[in-house]
Amino acid sequence: MRGRDAPSPISQERGEPSAIGESRGAVQSPPLRGRSALTSALAKLAPAALAFALLLIAWELYARLGGIAPTVLPAPSRVLTQAWENRAALADNTLPTIRATLAGFACSLLAAFILSALVDFLPRLRRAMFPLLIASQTLPLVAIAPLVVLWFGFGLLPKILLVALVTFFPMIVALVEGYAATSTEISQMLAAMGAGRWRIFWLARLPSALPYFFAGLRISITYAVVGAIFAEYAGAAKGLGIYMLSAKNNFRPDLVLAAVAVSSALTLALFGLAVLVQHFAMPWERAGRDSKVEPSEGRP
Amino acid sequence: MTRLELRDVRKNFGPLEVLADISLHVATGEFVSILGPSGAGKSTLFQLLTGAIQGEGEMRFDGAPLDGARFAFMPQRDALMPWRRVIDNATLGLEVQGMKRRAARQRVAPLFAEFGLAGFERAWPTELSGGMRQRAALLRTVVQQRDMLLLDEPFGALDALTRAAMQRWLERMWQSHRWTALLITHDVREAVLLSDRIYVLSARPARVVSEVAVPLPRPRTESAELAREAAAIEAGILDTLLAADPISRPSDGEMK
Ligand SMILES: Nc1ncnc2c1ncn2[C@@H]1O[C@H](COP(=O)(O)OP(=O)(O)OP(=O)(O)O)[C@@H](O)[C@H]1O
Ligand SMILES: [Mg+2]
Repeated sequence: MRGRDAPSPISQERGEPSAIGESRGAVQSPPLRGRSALTSALAKLAPAALAFALLLIAWELYARLGGIAPTVLPAPSRVLTQAWENRAALADNTLPTIRATLAGFACSLLAAFILSALVDFLPRLRRAMFPLLIASQTLPLVAIAPLVVLWFGFGLLPKILLVALVTFFPMIVALVEGYAATSTEISQMLAAMGAGRWRIFWLARLPSALPYFFAGLRISITYAVVGAIFAEYAGAAKGLGIYMLSAKNNFRPDLVLAAVAVSSALTLALFGLAVLVQHFAMPWERAGRDSKVEPSEGRP
Repeated sequence: MTRLELRDVRKNFGPLEVLADISLHVATGEFVSILGPSGAGKSTLFQLLTGAIQGEGEMRFDGAPLDGARFAFMPQRDALMPWRRVIDNATLGLEVQGMKRRAARQRVAPLFAEFGLAGFERAWPTELSGGMRQRAALLRTVVQQRDMLLLDEPFGALDALTRAAMQRWLERMWQSHRWTALLITHDVREAVLLSDRIYVLSARPARVVSEVAVPLPRPRTESAELAREAAAIEAGILDTLLAADPISRPSDGEMK
């Protein structure tokens, strides 16, 4: 069949349609990878860094030249030096917060995954549960945190529960919406191939939910640290929350702010981790954005 | 020998009458097209065949009532999974049938050259051009080795040049493989180029308005004489379509 047909205007050789198809991909410029991608990412961060630095400078000048007592508004430089001097105590109180955050968030993720899958298979369960979940989001944390501590003590459990309370909802909503975003054509095709519901969930619905999952992850992970600190504030032996409380009671706003800076750094680090995990968990996202050159390397 | 036979198949979506009385048959090794205006109910017919929805009427395969997994189905949009590499998209049907991923890859890999995808096994679908995506989807469809192919407008989303190339390619592929195939299209030229027979459907509610045999030798892109004969058949079909459906004038762009 090949070769004997006379060359037509658009087809010259065997496998010829690919000559048309590939030409689009093959003429593109080399991929933006490695260093250049890094520098462009840094360049994007530059304006934010600049704004932040300007804010700090303004604050520093105001605190020094405005004649304000450091017990009211400490300058950033004082926060920094005091943080350094109290680094041992800060670190000692940061670790339990990290532990509570990660444990609570892990439980929340696991529960969200299991429940979202159940809801996907049993739509009735969804109707029963979602009103409850939404109601859970109306609870004021300030009022609930002391109660949870009262019920479950000063240990890890109340912290896990409170972190889960603030992170569970965005996660399960993200997952359930993600499953629903599965293309009906893919589901139908899988069904025609003979795949059952569980197979379709695993092969199509779960991967389709990944972008939603990571969007939810980025949001809820920023709540997680705050949730843990709230829990500690309400009662704990150690942790950034209780550290802030005692620093405030000792009229040390500089140390309160130092603890705030640590918790912000923690949140940012977790956020960055989530972005990084997404980067590696969804390599096809990058492939789509970068260029179409890579796979043609193997071609003659 | 008749493989697929539909008799008086009907389908309503609530008050919306989509398929009104469709009867057709496809013989072993035959390439049959269903030609009809947009929204006629062509994709709905495939959904009935694959069992995604239920309708009325009789559907038989090899003489027995239609059951389960007879068809390898290629949906209207390519439905490639963006999270699977091209080769793993191609093996999807085999994996669902229970084959191990490695074995499935070994089965599929040798076909990449024939489908113009050599070297792209490990690419992501987003890295392919439109034509390549359609060939990857077609590869995923044919490796399932089912009794019959159902192709829903495989080239509908392509630009004219790529579509023409793909049609010629499919024509040659069919000549060497002789799949039993049912193709949905609303491109008259495509139907005439590829089919042994064509069923022309009316606008919704769809019924068969004519059945056209295309007794031309293949490949049909070979000579000017064949092209003329094909053009005559095309013109005839176009007349039927427009006569059956006064609403769809040549100017509304759905018809070629
Ligand atoms: N699940 C459904 N529920 C209700 N109506 C539907 C459903 N699926 C299809 N329809 C309707 O049935 C009609 C036919 O749809 P179908 O997709 O079969 O058309 P088609 O012939 O494939 O069109 P096209 O050529 O544009 O793909 C449309 O009017 C559509 O709105
Ligand atoms: Mg359709």
